[in-house]
Formats: sequence, C-alpha cells, structure tokens
Amino acid sequence: MQELVFSIADVTAVVPEIIVGVSACLLLMVDLFVKEERKEIVGWLAILAIIFAGVGTVCLASVEARTVMAGMYVVDLYSALFKMTLYIGAIFTILLSLNYMKSEGVEYRGEYYALILFALTGMMCISSGADLLTIYLGIELMALPIYVLVGYIKKSPTSNEAAMKYVILGAFSSGILLYGVSLIYGYTGTTNLAGIAAGITASGTDSPVLTFGVLLLTVGLCFKVAGFPFHMWAPDAYEGAPTSITAFMAVGAKAAAFAGAVRIFMAALEPAFADWQAILIIVAVGSMFYGNITAITQTNIKRMLAYSSIGHAGYALLGLIAGTADGAASIIFYMFVYTFMNLGAFGVIILLRKCTGKGDMIDDYRGLAKNNRLVAVVMLIIMFSLAGIPPTAGFMGKFYIFMALIDQGMITLAVVSIVSTAIAAFFYIRIVLLMYMKEPEGEFDLVKSYSVYYVLAICIMAVIVLGVYPGAFMHLAKAAAIIM
Amino acid sequence: MIVEYILFIIFAVVAIVSAGCVVTLRNPVHCAVALIITLLQIAALFLLLRSPFLAVVQVFIYVGAVMVLFLFAVFLIDVKKAAMDMFKPKYRALAYIVALILLVESLFVIFSGGIQELTRITEAGAEVKVEVIGRTLFTSYIFPFEIVSVVLLAAMVGAIVMARDKKE
Repeated sequence: MQELVFSIADVTAVVPEIIVGVSACLLLMVDLFVKEERKEIVGWLAILAIIFAGVGTVCLASVEARTVMAGMYVVDLYSALFKMTLYIGAIFTILLSLNYMKSEGVEYRGEYYALILFALTGMMCISSGADLLTIYLGIELMALPIYVLVGYIKKSPTSNEAAMKYVILGAFSSGILLYGVSLIYGYTGTTNLAGIAAGITASGTDSPVLTFGVLLLTVGLCFKVAGFPFHMWAPDAYEGAPTSITAFMAVGAKAAAFAGAVRIFMAALEPAFADWQAILIIVAVGSMFYGNITAITQTNIKRMLAYSSIGHAGYALLGLIAGTADGAASIIFYMFVYTFMNLGAFGVIILLRKCTGKGDMIDDYRGLAKNNRLVAVVMLIIMFSLAGIPPTAGFMGKFYIFMALIDQGMITLAVVSIVSTAIAAFFYIRIVLLMYMKEPEGEFDLVKSYSVYYVLAICIMAVIVLGVYPGAFMHLAKAAAIIM
Repeated sequence: MIVEYILFIIFAVVAIVSAGCVVTLRNPVHCAVALIITLLQIAALFLLLRSPFLAVVQVFIYVGAVMVLFLFAVFLIDVKKAAMDMFKPKYRALAYIVALILLVESLFVIFSGGIQELTRITEAGAEVKVEVIGRTLFTSYIFPFEIVSVVLLAAMVGAIVMARDKKE
C-alpha cells in the first residue's frame, strides 16, 4: 500500500502552477475591493503573479529534468521553454487588455484577469504533463476559461455566437480526444506517456485498437491546434472574441496544444510513428493550403489571421512529421516566434480600434502609413515576419522546420510547404500595400495606451533579434528536445 | 442468500416499472421523479453487489446533481411544449424499433452465455474497494485530483460571470 504523503520535492516542482492558480483565486477576492474604474490594478497584479511564476520556472529549469507526483508531472527544459512562451503570451494579453476591455465597456473586468490565470494554469499543466490524464485535464482547464473569455462582451451577438460555437466544438473534440485516450489506455494498460511507449513496443503496432486510438487522439489534438479539416471553429471564434482574447487563443492555446501534442507523439506514440505520421501529413498539407488560400479572400483582419493561424499550425506540424529532436526543437522555436508575431499583429488591431469599431476590417488599413508612420512600420515588420521574409524571426522559424524535414529526406513535402508560403505572402503583403500605396479615407484616431506600445516595442525587438540571431534560443530548444 | 434474492427481485422490478414510467408518463416532472426512483433502485442493486462506493456515487451524482439540474431545466423552460414540438408522434415507430433492437441485443448477450464468463469479485476484494480508490486518488492521482478541483472552480467562476446581469 502506498503512503499517503508526498514529498516536498513534489510540491516545489509545481510551485509555478501553484503561484498562478492561487493568484487567480486571490485576484477574485482582491477584485471585490477594487473600484470599477480602477480594475487595471487587478490586471497588473496578475502580471506580477505571472512574473513570479516565471522566476520559479527559471529556477526549476536549471536543475535536472525530473518526474514528480507519481509520474504525472515532469519538470524539464522542454516544459520550461514552453511555459516561458505561455507566460509571455499571457502577460502581453493582459497588457493589451488593460485599455481595450475598458473601452469596450465590459463588465466584471476583475474576473477577466482571474480567468486568464486559470487558463494559464491549464496550459502549464499541458506543457508539463507526463500522463495523458494530466494533459487532458490541462486542456480542459485551459478551454473552460477561454470559452467564457470568448463570450466576454455579452452585449455583442458575434461574441456570444463565437463562444457558443467554440464550446460545442471544443466539447466535441474533447470527447474524441478522450475516446482516443481510453482506447490507448485499453491497449497499453496505462496512461503514463513513457508506459504507453513501452506498452506499444511490447504488444506491437498492428492492432486495430491501437490504430483507431491513435487516429482519434490525433484528430482530437488537431482540433485543439486548429489544423485542417478540424479548423471550423477557429475563424468564427477568432472573429467574435474580444481582440485581446483572440490573441490569447492564437498564441497561448496554440502553443500549449502543440506542447501537449509534441510530447504525446514523440514520447508516448513514438513506436506507432508510421500510423500518425501519415495522418499528420494530410492535416499539415491541408492546413497550409486551405488556411493560406482562404485567408486571401477574407475582408476581416481577425478572420484573416485566423486562417493564417491555421496555415501556421500546418507549418508547425511539419516539425512533428519530421519526427526528430530537431523537428521538436523547431516547433519550440516556431511557437516562441509565433507568439511575438501574433501579439504584435493583434496589438496593432487594438491600437486602431477606438470606439468606432474601426480596425477589424482589412480596408481600415488603407493609407495608414501616411500619418502614422511608426505604427505602419510595426505592422510592416510583423506582416513580413508572418509571411516568412528574412531577416525576420518568421523566416528563421520556417527555415528550421524545413531543415528538419530535409534532414529526414522529405524533400517533396518541404517543396510543397515552400509553395504554400509563397501563397501566404500574398495576403500579408496586401496589407502592407494597402498601408503604403493607398490614400487614407478619413482620419486615423489611434488608441493611446502605453501598455500596448510596450507590447508592440518588445514584439518588434524580439522578431528582429530572433531573426538576426536565432542561435541562442535554438540551442536551448535543441537541448530541450533531446532531453525529452 | 434468499433474502438477498428477494431484495434483488424487488429492486429490479421497481427499477423496470419506474423506468417504464419515465417513458410513458406525460408530465415531465413526473418523468423526472420516476427516473430518480429508477436510479435509486440501481444504487440499491450496487449495494447488493457489495459496491457501497458505487452506490453512494450513483446517489450523489445522478440523483443529487444530474437530476436536480434536469428538474431545474424542466422548471425554466416549457419542456412539455418543447418536447411535443420536437418529438412528434410520427417518430414513435422509429423509437419502438430502436428500443426493440436494444432489447433483442441485451437478451442475446444474456442468453448467449457471455455474461457467465465474467468473474465474480470475491468478498475480500470487495471489502477494501473504497479504501483503495481513496488511496489511489490521494497518492498516484493526487495531481490530477487537484487539477480537477481547479477546473471546477474555474467553471464556476465562468458560469457566474456569464449568468449575472449588469451591475446596477
């Protein structure tokens, strides 16, 4: 019989999660004493909590990789890197929200920040999960608050509709995921990732039960990363959600889903590589072409970015298809870079939106460069980075992924992917052309918010620095991928 | 043993009769109450099978939570009308067919002898069950267990945010 106690080492390993989770509860209480006009304080406190968690994660990452909580949870460099990406995503989301949520006239802004922290706790559990159970619960803990956050602007019908669609498809995909988990549990007798790999190696890979389980698990995870053809929820959810939450979904939820997917595929389902690689190739190629081609026809920039995020999910999946440590490292790098690019793009959208509802349509960017040179340059760099034009970080991200593919001899797939980036370049550069080549219609009245300026400044710096000098981070990512 | 057998017959008959009531009664509230009775009988059957934990969980979750939720939904919306609109009598034939298929299927499983193959749980094994569940939850599964509590809290906060009206 096992002892009821668990050691101090188990608890110290999850200190960052405890900090974020407990802060979410504390914020709910602090919120009661904060006046309606000063709710920003709650947001700043949330940022403080995330910074503390970040310090904790850095301290833990410096020690060796170890599994705690009876094999449920792993603290390693891989999870630390993903958590850093998630912290940056959450902090920037809060910075973007401070002014935006107020100007949208949203009620209960205190709870808003607490829900972001709850979602962040879930994302952290996904990236550190060493057991399908932990990863699944992390996905639920991430998804539930985001459902609410998507529908946070209660008076807006599109926000409500987006939340409704997201809830239904999210629950549906969780069901599929769980069914896959249960089949794999039935086949291997464990939910532990290392145990599953051992079980599959021992019992062989030709059982239909395993194939079906892997298929369902892959479909469930592709839903979560919004890969074609499981992307249907993304455009509506992205368009209807408050712009700051769209950013949070695009960077946080996606990075966390990839953290879980890479660990499940590389650590647990490694012996069944051939089974899931074939499925992922279809999903990745479909995502790249469907996402990028459909993005061209969009008139709403949030919808366009939603389709672009489907395309980016396709690129990141290529890293998994390569199936090597280099591939996993390139996914870590890609998600890190993607966070900065997307937050920058959504930051500009928020800057343009001032009560009039402007900034959501692509046509609103017409002639932006004329009087607002700085904002236009920021948007230019971000669009170039999303398109993958050197010397931005977006180029390096794609470069590493394609290199990982070519190393495995998958030249055809790499060429096909490069063709799709050429298509993608079209709609990113269209925005740049609109900004620089067209005459403005009417005045631009930009939001003046220092917190948004900070976000944009840091994003631009990161995009350029990582584009020019990606070596340091890539080195870390490679070390992390090898440990895993 | 004979007492147990008689008890089993009683519980089983009440369960089947009340389950029949669930589908035949007209008033949705009556249906819900009949369903509660069915679920309570099943909890009693679990007790007879030496699974007190399962019985308690059955009462807590189904009778306590799910059915209360169901009754609330019945009170909030005019279920009678909605149900009549949605399930018109023309679908009745289809319902009978599906029910018949299920009945034949379960009878087949019972009489084909598949059930005899299941092993009986020994008395000794059944006695420590709750303790084992509790211990596993608080040792191997302590972390997911805690995460579930955070999930529930987050869901509660979210539900309140969604449901509350504008502050005045």
